[in-house]
Amino acid sequence: MKKTIIALSMAAMTLSAGANAADYVIDTKGAHAFVNFKIKHLGYSWLHGRFNSFEGDFSYDAKNPNASKINVVIDTASIDSNHAERDKHLRGNDFLNVKANPKATFKSDSITFSDDTNAKVKGSFTLNGVTKQIEFDVQKVGEGKDPWGGYRVGFEGETQLKLADYDIDYDLGPASTHVTIGLHLEGIRK
Amino acid sequence: MFKNTSQNYGLLAIIFHWLSALVVFGMFGLGLYMVELSYYDPFYRDGLQIHKSTGILLAVLIVLRLIWKVANPSVKPESEATSMEKLQNIIARVVHVVLYLGLFGLFVTGYLISTSDGRAIEVFNWFSVPGLGELFEEQSDIAGTVHLYIAWGLIGLVALHIVGALKHHFINKDRTLVRMLKVSNVTKVED
Repeated sequence: MKKTIIALSMAAMTLSAGANAADYVIDTKGAHAFVNFKIKHLGYSWLHGRFNSFEGDFSYDAKNPNASKINVVIDTASIDSNHAERDKHLRGNDFLNVKANPKATFKSDSITFSDDTNAKVKGSFTLNGVTKQIEFDVQKVGEGKDPWGGYRVGFEGETQLKLADYDIDYDLGPASTHVTIGLHLEGIRK
Repeated sequence: MFKNTSQNYGLLAIIFHWLSALVVFGMFGLGLYMVELSYYDPFYRDGLQIHKSTGILLAVLIVLRLIWKVANPSVKPESEATSMEKLQNIIARVVHVVLYLGLFGLFVTGYLISTSDGRAIEVFNWFSVPGLGELFEEQSDIAGTVHLYIAWGLIGLVALHIVGALKHHFINKDRTLVRMLKVSNVTKVED
């Protein structure tokens, strides 16, 4: 009986180790991951900001890259454009409405690699309570062992969103109707 | 002339009172107006700048006013003969204290909204008040909500304060309102 349990648990450990070989947690703990945004100011310059608090995981295996998946949850209240009054405005009803919609999420439906580094990600993005299908290009930045006994891989990608699609219709002017979201994610293998 | 007596307000107290009143009404209106302005309104930036600058100057004015108040004899109520009048005098006193507390609540929360990123508050390109940065989480949002509630509460109390003054003037027909309108030398014989 005891032996069976030990054997079973050994098998379970092996299995789970096998299943997790391609699973990564996004390194938000060590802050090697960034969700940035930029939007034109008046049409004359770019305003940059980021979301400080988010989490997620993805799976990726260089041997079977098209089986990759990604899932990211962003705390919208963590928006940071380095200006307290502006950030307060951005969190309010004119923009992100963070009390009603504290989370923005992205969940991939498919990730298709065209070569070793370039892929197209399709999935559903939810912002301000509105869910839309989006697709954007990502690139693998690098992959390998880290100096502390772990294994890491990093990706980055950019996508442009029309604010009005997500019920954000505050008038920032004709040059500022779209925001570009930049994802820069490093994953640590689980 | 300048100083209070136990029965009359001096000129300085009268100026402090009406200047504060004017600024408080102006700030209430400006505050409600400026947050509704669109981004492309020419007043979008100036409105906030004037509100912040005036708020700091009003805080200074109120501190000076309180110092002056403490340094002067307190002006007694016009009548405290009956127990009803005594009760009304206590209510009036509480309203006065809460009006001051409300003003300080507005100064503190207003400051906290704008300084959570460590930015200073610029007062009319004249001087600036340094920011202390984020003292607690969600500082700007919480302070903003409280700022709005206190502002409405304060205006409600001001309304009560005005009703009280008008009641003294038209119903009791005493000098309560008049002595805040002009410096007077009238002295009542203490009985």
